[in-house]
Amino acid sequence: MAEPIIRFDNIRKSFGTLTVLDGLSFDVMPGEKLALIGPSGSGKTTILRILMTLENISGGHIEVCGEQLYHMQKAGREVPADEAHLHKMRRHIGMVFQHFNLFPHKCVLDNITLAPILTKGEPRAEAEKRGMALLDMVGLADKARAMPSQLSGGQKQRVAIARALALQPRIMLFDEVTSALDPELVEEVLAVMKRLADETDMTMLLVTHEMGFAHEFADRVLFFDRGHIIEQGPPDRIFTSPTHERTQTFLRKIIAAGHRV
Amino acid sequence: MSWDWAFVWQIMPTLLQGLKITLLVTVLGAIVAAVLGLVFAVARRSSIKPLARGTSFLVQFIRGTPLLVQLYVIFYVLPDIGIRLPALVAGVIGIGLHYATYAAEVYRGGIEAVPRGQWEAARATNLTLRQTWVHVVLPQAVPPMIPALANYLIAMFKETPLLSAITVLELMNQAKSVANSSYRYIEPMTMVGVFFLVISLISVALISLLEARYGRKASR
Repeated sequence: MAEPIIRFDNIRKSFGTLTVLDGLSFDVMPGEKLALIGPSGSGKTTILRILMTLENISGGHIEVCGEQLYHMQKAGREVPADEAHLHKMRRHIGMVFQHFNLFPHKCVLDNITLAPILTKGEPRAEAEKRGMALLDMVGLADKARAMPSQLSGGQKQRVAIARALALQPRIMLFDEVTSALDPELVEEVLAVMKRLADETDMTMLLVTHEMGFAHEFADRVLFFDRGHIIEQGPPDRIFTSPTHERTQTFLRKIIAAGHRV
Repeated sequence: MSWDWAFVWQIMPTLLQGLKITLLVTVLGAIVAAVLGLVFAVARRSSIKPLARGTSFLVQFIRGTPLLVQLYVIFYVLPDIGIRLPALVAGVIGIGLHYATYAAEVYRGGIEAVPRGQWEAARATNLTLRQTWVHVVLPQAVPPMIPALANYLIAMFKETPLLSAITVLELMNQAKSVANSSYRYIEPMTMVGVFFLVISLISVALISLLEARYGRKASR
């Protein structure tokens, strides 16, 4: 049996007096596609942000690709990770944000090639060749020289996906990537993600309110409430016969709000 | 009293001599202000609390006291504790330090206007802190600052006559000495006004060009 690629061990996270995660533990296997669902404020996004090191943890241990994320060994003792260690660990992880966060002063292709050139020392020609291939994959090869402000939300988000992929991470994090999009633009982004899920062996963590997509996309669904995993399992079971009352209530509310399951 | 063109031409070389010093002080002062302002802005953002607080206090202090008083302190009071500066150096330091506090505020505003998502995207793509500043934050923060910084440059230029109070032989001081020795004020003072007006008007025109180029923020 393979080792988990991500291992949360007793993770605590507080913002001031507000405790968001209180002793959370779970494993993710390599290549697994995980959907994290649950009401707002249940800690799903925080989990992704912690993995991307955008947010520090308050306690516990996280292992990524067999190494501690927030700790390192120094003279035989465990000490908090320094920036160099975090920098090394971040290579494994890519993230796509709700609000795209493209670099507005750079054209589409430069958005994609910036990090490979700077952080991996890739020659520009090489980076641009790969960048064009990625743009082709997300269906935007003709927009390589466009500025982000000239793109629709769906196009921006596809560029953001290509930008994250350009660093060839083993783990991809998707944080409510369609929540900021007009409804008619959601489909083009989901199509790209579905293809990625089907065609690559990347490990993917998806935080979403699109239950229909979570159903199609995920191998395993985790339902969170107030920082705890209430229920988890294959999407067919979670979405058709959830056992926990809170999961049932949540899914009923989502359906009532007009989302497909 | 009537306007005497012959007198104007006679004093012109002296005034131009002064104008040269005025422009020199403006340029050097602007450099001091730009560099020191960046130091203030970064120090105020520092996670080292005493440094951040100390800088804030210093900036408030400098902004809350008149430039003329600061110039007097630098040129006439510092020698009492053994720091003796040539007038020009004292003037450049004084005016540069004063305007550095304004530049710092512009820098701060420009840097804070860069959304947090940009810092996060930089981190998610594994840029180092230095790469984030150079390739992501500053290219977005600086262009919107340019019109405001240019306005302060003009304001500083127009304040350089204060340096006459500490014996810097800039335009105003030259005009004053000409006037005092000839008892004619209308030509020297008018010419000083004209020089400042012409240079300011040209600068204002340049600024509106800058504003057209950089003032509008690119949408994300």
